Amino acid sequence: MSKRKTERLLGLVVCLLSTRRYLTAEQIRAAVPGYPEQDDLFKRMFERDKEDLRELGVPLETGVNHPFDEDPGYRIRQQAYQLPELRLEADEAAVLGLAARVWRRAELAGAAAGALLKLRAAGIDAGLDGGGDENSPVTQGIEPHLGAPEPAFGPLWEALRDRRPVTFSYRAAGRSDPQRRELEPWGVVQRHGRWYVAGWDRGRGATRVFRLDRIAGPVKFSGPAGRVTVPDGVDVRGLVRNWDSAPAQEHTALLRVRAGAGVGLRRHAVSVRADEETPGWDLVATRFADLGWFADYAAWFGPDAIVLDPPDLREAVIRRLKGVLA
Amino acid sequence: MSALVTSTERLQRLLALVPYVMSRKAVGLAETAAAFAVSERELVDDLNLLWCVELRAPDPYCPIDLSYEGGEIVVSQAESMGRPLRLAVDEASALLVALRMLAEVPGLEDRSALSRLIAKLEAAAGEAAAASAKVAVQVDMPGAGAEGYAAQLRAALLTRRRVHLRYYVPGRDEATERDVDPMRLLVVEGRPYLEGWCLRAEGVRLFRLDRVLGLEVLDVPSAPPAEAEPVDVDQGLFRPSPDDVMVELELTAAGRWVAEDYPCESVTELGEGRLRVVLRTPDTGWVRRLALRLGEDGRVISPAPLLAQVREAAAAALANYVV
Repeated sequence: MSKRKTERLLGLVVCLLSTRRYLTAEQIRAAVPGYPEQDDLFKRMFERDKEDLRELGVPLETGVNHPFDEDPGYRIRQQAYQLPELRLEADEAAVLGLAARVWRRAELAGAAAGALLKLRAAGIDAGLDGGGDENSPVTQGIEPHLGAPEPAFGPLWEALRDRRPVTFSYRAAGRSDPQRRELEPWGVVQRHGRWYVAGWDRGRGATRVFRLDRIAGPVKFSGPAGRVTVPDGVDVRGLVRNWDSAPAQEHTALLRVRAGAGVGLRRHAVSVRADEETPGWDLVATRFADLGWFADYAAWFGPDAIVLDPPDLREAVIRRLKGVLA
Repeated sequence: MSALVTSTERLQRLLALVPYVMSRKAVGLAETAAAFAVSERELVDDLNLLWCVELRAPDPYCPIDLSYEGGEIVVSQAESMGRPLRLAVDEASALLVALRMLAEVPGLEDRSALSRLIAKLEAAAGEAAAASAKVAVQVDMPGAGAEGYAAQLRAALLTRRRVHLRYYVPGRDEATERDVDPMRLLVVEGRPYLEGWCLRAEGVRLFRLDRVLGLEVLDVPSAPPAEAEPVDVDQGLFRPSPDDVMVELELTAAGRWVAEDYPCESVTELGEGRLRVVLRTPDTGWVRRLALRLGEDGRVISPAPLLAQVREAAAAALANYVV
């Protein structure tokens, strides 16, 4: 950290905030201490300073005071710079403290902390000590977490924010060889604790959903900002839900389940009754969507459950069990 | 931390410091240092730097005037720096995404503070709020029952009462009965959990709400013992113990999901999409069921006795089908 640079940047902000007119680079050099005498050095340093301020979100405007002015000037409009007036009730401030803790060590933790700093600077107090307001009845005892950081999230968020296309290599389910994908990202969603990105897959020419934990290696930008247009009415949450969720449970299975066992099967059963032909066993009827999935699930219960019907499900379970012994 | 702070990060702090003091008229050094997570010395350095800012043209002047005599900071002049900088896109999005996630957390009976705050922040952030719509966190709420349990648990937490749980343990295929002193309602990896002191296990345990079979709030005060430490969920939900058994599995491409769904000690690619993974578990019964479920897509390599148990269970299950 350079103290001189901090001083110079601070001077630059104060100088440009207090002017209504655009100031040229020369006028700025005269007003703000810390710029070098040499013209080319000054130019380079001033360019970097402008870049730094823009990255901080300082709304630096470029323009001329008079149509005949040759050199462009700079200023910061106070209205564009300042956080608008914001007053929070005590319960709102308590929720704010809780929200800031959601990210914790996840990707946007730094951004959340930066936001809190500004809100504190605007005079907002309660629930902001990082621990939230323990005694607030709104938030007491509730503790949401986003889980472990996902390396692909950071670059994908930047791509979404700046509307840039990306490329990455992706290992699809059940495949060992990663494939190169180019994506115009539309949104990221966390579902069942996993992050997904949805967008337009340029290579496939189709809408696609990807799991962030199956992205192998870095996510790279493949085009400049502003090149991605999210189509109107796109429902990213819906896309991810459809990609990932099971279809409707339209089939019924009948199982013979040992009394006292198969708790998991009984939990979601349509009906459970004692099997009069086989003492010590119950007949359990339950709904399922996908035959392969349900055959796996029935095998989980080992000798405590026997699929009676439908026959293809029964065959699938027998195949699983023979697979274990093969 | 100051050694790692960049010039622009310090600038951010300085720009927030002036309005922080001004919005409070006067504020103590110690309190301010704590709010900005810096030492008092660093804070005094910051204040001196602000006070020294000088503009030279057209006439030299110092735009900021402040004092911190007697440990109390007062800013008497700050020109146009009296308000904090607007929220950046990342900052506004971090808060808004988190707040919209909170709105889905079960058991929060008062959601009005949340929606009021979201509306105020959206208004204050202006255009910077738009990108936040591109990130969403969904909280699972499997079954209507879990929502009811969450509300009961919130009530138990507020009135500090013990609860009785009927809780499903899939690895053992068992419905267990236990008394628990609730500590927190957590949402981890999109799922709601109860954290509490389990009187049966004499330890802090996490209970997935979608595995609760029944719940009763008891007329007994909740009293987790002093040693009941909250779980550091940032470290992951699975906490290894010295009693764990190491299990080696070989998976086909169709069985790779195991490595994605469970924390593995090691994962080795074997070619053609096959994997060898090492898991650690306190309960090999769970792995036995997993192996049955995987069928030919997963094979226990070691320990040998577990492999024998898996084959025995598969043979017993198959025998049920031979009539």
